[in-house]
Amino acid sequence: MTPALEVRDLTLAYDRTPIFDKLDLRIDEGGITTLIGANGSGKSTLLKAFGRLLVPTSGTVLLEGSPLRGLSARSVAKRLAILPQKPITPSATTVRELVSRGRHPHQSLFRPWTPGDSAIVDAALAATGITDLAERDAGALSGGQLQRAWIALVLAQEAPIILLDEPTTFLDLSHQLDVLRLVRSINRERGATVVMVLHDLSLAGRYSDRLVVVGGGRVIADGTPWEVLTPEILRDAFDLEATVIPDPASGTPLIVPAVDIVL
Amino acid sequence: MIALVGLVAVMTALSLLLGSNLISPYAVVGALVDPANDPGAVVWGSRVPRTVLGLLVGLCLGVAGAVMQGQTRNPLADPGIFGVSAGASLAVVIGVYVVGTSSVLATLWLALAGAIVASIVVFGVAALGRGLSSPVPLAIAGTAVSALLVALTSYLVLSDETTLAAYRIWVVGSLSGRTLDGVGIAALFALAGLVFAVANVRSLNSLALGTELARGLGENLLRARILGLAAITLLTASAVAITGPIGFIGLTAPHIARRLVRGDHSWLVPASGLIGACVLLACDVIGRVIGGTAEVPVGVVLTVLGGVVFIGIVRRGRIAAL
Amino acid sequence: MSILTRTPAHTPARSRRRTRVALVTTGCLVAAVLAGLIGILVGSSSLTAPDLVRTLLGGGTPGQELVVFELRMPRVLGGLLVGAALGLAGALTQTFARNPLATPDILGVTSGAALGAVLAIVVGGGSYAVGAGLLSLGLPAMAALGALATAAVVYGLSWRGGVDSYRLILIGIGATATLTGITSYLIARAQITDAQAASQWLVGSLSGMSWASVWPVLLTLAVVLPIALLQSSALAIGQLGDDLSTGLGVAVQRHKVIVIACAVLLTAAAVSASGPIEFVAFVAPQIVRRLARTGRPPLVASALMGAVIVAGGDAFARGVLPPGVPVGIVTAVIGAPYLIWLLTRRTERDTVS
Repeated sequence: MTPALEVRDLTLAYDRTPIFDKLDLRIDEGGITTLIGANGSGKSTLLKAFGRLLVPTSGTVLLEGSPLRGLSARSVAKRLAILPQKPITPSATTVRELVSRGRHPHQSLFRPWTPGDSAIVDAALAATGITDLAERDAGALSGGQLQRAWIALVLAQEAPIILLDEPTTFLDLSHQLDVLRLVRSINRERGATVVMVLHDLSLAGRYSDRLVVVGGGRVIADGTPWEVLTPEILRDAFDLEATVIPDPASGTPLIVPAVDIVL
Repeated sequence: MIALVGLVAVMTALSLLLGSNLISPYAVVGALVDPANDPGAVVWGSRVPRTVLGLLVGLCLGVAGAVMQGQTRNPLADPGIFGVSAGASLAVVIGVYVVGTSSVLATLWLALAGAIVASIVVFGVAALGRGLSSPVPLAIAGTAVSALLVALTSYLVLSDETTLAAYRIWVVGSLSGRTLDGVGIAALFALAGLVFAVANVRSLNSLALGTELARGLGENLLRARILGLAAITLLTASAVAITGPIGFIGLTAPHIARRLVRGDHSWLVPASGLIGACVLLACDVIGRVIGGTAEVPVGVVLTVLGGVVFIGIVRRGRIAAL
Repeated sequence: MSILTRTPAHTPARSRRRTRVALVTTGCLVAAVLAGLIGILVGSSSLTAPDLVRTLLGGGTPGQELVVFELRMPRVLGGLLVGAALGLAGALTQTFARNPLATPDILGVTSGAALGAVLAIVVGGGSYAVGAGLLSLGLPAMAALGALATAAVVYGLSWRGGVDSYRLILIGIGATATLTGITSYLIARAQITDAQAASQWLVGSLSGMSWASVWPVLLTLAVVLPIALLQSSALAIGQLGDDLSTGLGVAVQRHKVIVIACAVLLTAAAVSASGPIEFVAFVAPQIVRRLARTGRPPLVASALMGAVIVAGGDAFARGVLPPGVPVGIVTAVIGAPYLIWLLTRRTERDTVS
């Protein structure tokens, strides 16, 4: 089967500072893949390369088998949606207008706005639980509400592949869980392929089918949460001394950092 | 920072030694030691004053620029945006048009008054709107008031040839012909401005984190704002009064300083001032040397070279965003 | 504006906003037509409204025909078109850079045009007055050349595997400084008559308008306006930032080139016809945005507002003020206080962005 996303021989650099060197990675259709790694390990950079926000120095990114570089911006946007870490909230814009902009790749001069588009926007608002906020000014939302609005925008884009860059940053634990449950339901109910970057390892373990640990310009580990979240890999990738126990609630790996040794 | 001070010293020396009158370095030093030994009073009558004024004006503009960009957190903010240059221009033009005066001293007073009145009007307008807490209304108010003043200036200039004749020379900004007489009052304003700027440095560091965090850090926003604005106005007004409008230093010096000493304002502000002084003297010297007897005014050299250098800096690296 | 705002129509806030935009646009259109008619009526040789109607219908005296068709019409039409071009250009750059201070001048276009024109006057002009002889042809051409060359150089210098709007603006500022320095030096060293002519040109005036200077502006607007309107939805998406725009399928670099090229062409055409009436590009979009209460300035309404400001200002100058006041002064004297008033009056959260 053709993977949803694939990078081959990928070299990435920011202004000549190399981040990744000759990387190969496949993302198969349908699952939730989470990129984890220490701060500065390049996980967001890799996500940006998948989302063609960063042009690779060399190598190729394949979207459903065809090279990203050869595809038009619009046709990529119909198949792949990306939510960057810090989108700009425009002034004087309601939540519904904001979410409506997700329909942009589906519109053109000859394909104007239709009731179908409105229905998709309504569904996206409902799926993220912000129908009640639709007429509010986006600038007046709380952090959790705004994050839901951004996810609604991405949903309205109706792309089968969704990339999320730290979707839970700045949210409290219950809102983090909220967003991740939402992501899982998008994956399970709509069959969307999700690739995201997360900081919280236990949450990543709980809500992902596959974890990819990056660091030092390469993939350190790749597999199911139980395969990846081992004390050895944690020490290697995060410089973290920890034990891993089954989460009493979900049975997924739970990271317990070691107690500081006081001499 | 030490290197900067050294550079300023070198520039000062060059400014004293070089000029359209060719005098040997030896003679210059002789004249400096003993004013009676001054050939044609070139050294004490011309080079010393313009060097001192150049240092002062450059310092003022560099510091004002750093405070301005710190206050607005906008790397495009130039002190001229507060209507200072436009107000000074209009006052100078009115002086020539109504009273017919264009002496250096009268011009200086008029420019100082015009600059201060104009910036008070700008602050007033901004304060009536959304208050001084956000920099954007301030910038728009400044642009609007400046446009109005420039229009009035243009009208006066266009309707009277004498006014144009005086204005077009003044507006390019020059150190030539400036003496130390009567500069005292402008220097006093500049000094007050420098004191305010120094007092504002700590607030600028917390303002750099955003107004909310600044408030959380115990910053009195209104006081910090007023202090900063007063510093900018006083510094720019005295600089404009002495040389005429020289805008580009205030914009570029902080950018260069940010590359050298990073973002801490207690280093950034003085560094920006020193860079301003260096650049102004360097441009004045270049103007004297390339022009021969008809020297090119420092304002022209500065904007032309400054623009080119600025483009080079922007192209070479990412200018540190604020 | 309707082709740009095919959007979910059924929400109250949305439709209220659309109605406002439509209302403001219509209001500006009416005001522009009025400004045009008044502009034809007022002036040094008197013309009554019935005279005007008669002349327009072909029944005027030769003298009236001369005044209406050869003197007033090009001037008024020129004013409307120059204003529209500047207003639209300003709306484009302000939206594109998400910064109300980002007027086309900041891209170096105006300073390039000014240097071209002043060079033409000082070096080529001898002691001609503006609009006389060789200058009437050479000056606009030099201004347009200066504007386009500067824009190209600024864009080229900003390119580093793509153009970042922040870097573009910074380089524009640098270029503007360099060119303005040279221009003021030229003026300071020129013959006083040339200096006067140059200063006159630099303020912006419609007094030299003829049919020959109207056509280029009209042509530019006719070509650029549809292209700009097609970019409208991408401009709306652009407000969310470059990354999300790319994610939503906007070819960001191509979109930027198109928007900048539109703004540059409009400004170059306007400035070479009338001199830099600089304030219009800044104030027209800002006024319209506040009237329509939208997040970014509506394009068509900005163009119309620009037309109103320039043509209205010129009519006012000719009808009320002592002779010889150029429109550039009037637009600033009227536009600036109005913007200040808006600033002091409106205090809600979204008044500036």
